[in-house]
Amino acid sequence: MIIAERKPLNEIMDMIQDARRILVLGCRGCVTVCSAGGEREVEILASLIRLGKQKAGQSVETIEATLVRQCDREYVDSIDQWDGKYDAIVSMACGVGVNFIANLRPMAKVYPGVNTTSFGGSAEQGVWSEQCAGCGNCILHLTGGLCPVARCAKSLMNGPCGGSVGGRCEIHKDVPCIWQSIHDKLVRIDNKEGLAAIAPIRDWSTAGHGGPRRTVRNDLTV
Amino acid sequence: MPFIPNIQAFCCHYTSQQTLAEGPERMKADGFPEGITIHRLVCTGKLEVSTLLKAFEEGADGVYVAGCPVDKCHNLMGSQRAAKRVAAIKSALAELDVEPERIEMFHLERGFHPEFVKVAQQMHERISALGSSPFKGEKK
Ligand code: SF4
Ligand code: SF4
Repeated sequence: MIIAERKPLNEIMDMIQDARRILVLGCRGCVTVCSAGGEREVEILASLIRLGKQKAGQSVETIEATLVRQCDREYVDSIDQWDGKYDAIVSMACGVGVNFIANLRPMAKVYPGVNTTSFGGSAEQGVWSEQCAGCGNCILHLTGGLCPVARCAKSLMNGPCGGSVGGRCEIHKDVPCIWQSIHDKLVRIDNKEGLAAIAPIRDWSTAGHGGPRRTVRNDLTV
Repeated sequence: MPFIPNIQAFCCHYTSQQTLAEGPERMKADGFPEGITIHRLVCTGKLEVSTLLKAFEEGADGVYVAGCPVDKCHNLMGSQRAAKRVAAIKSALAELDVEPERIEMFHLERGFHPEFVKVAQQMHERISALGSSPFKGEKK
């Protein structure tokens, strides 16, 4: 899923300093699962916004709502029910949601309520870690299912680097060296060829270095 | 008129039951301060962050939560969960430039004991010194 976390409150309060009617809009997708922008977090942020405005001596009205997703036109369209009732939207979806609202409602002022951090999973309760960087050319079949693009600090294709010590990455002792893990995994699954293989120079154009990416499925378009 | 802070206390059944059974008159005689409203909960672990924030929205000058001792909660982890939520609100208050001490978590033994009154007095003194909630300003 996409991992996000709430932005610092003062940033949010700055964005909405001129707004008096605020639609705080959550998403039931990824950000609900990672407890950043679901119904509960919308309720909390709306309350904090009202408190912040009260403290500033400003009147404020908030509308609290949570869409099924903010990355689909059909759900985003439902914000029209609040037309004329808000000055600004604080979206608690990932950056995709904010972009979608901005694309589809050119007149709306929409602000991000969260920082979108990564594609990851919940390692343990309350802890999420990045697992994939969406590089557009997956090589997990070569690396025992462990991603060097997202999980190696240098995104090396032929690791580890010289800084790998005792299975730890040189950037921090809490970060495992994913290349050590890849080697260990390939040994465990008896993939000797994989261990010896040298990855060729990589074409990063699918990883966003060739401009915004677009996926078209002709079997699905109408 | 002296400032009597509006304090909202959220207490679990186990920490508050016997003191509350005394009734308001006897609690007052025991030194329980004025201006404190007690909300009794089955477990402080059930408390939502939004409930505590609402208390501030509705005019509380201070808020506190009283749950079981950390390692002796009737519902195992309830009071630890509550403590985390209180800590989250402390940082949110700090982000809004409001004294984090306006909210506090207390872990108390169950049954009748003087600490229940003592923490109430402690909060009353603390909030009296801090003054009225900065969330109660005039609206523009
Ligand atoms: S808008 Fe973002 S957070 Fe919500 S479902 Fe879509 S991708 Fe996930
Ligand atoms: S190789 Fe690319 S697509 Fe595959 S997991 Fe890593 S970042 Fe994601």
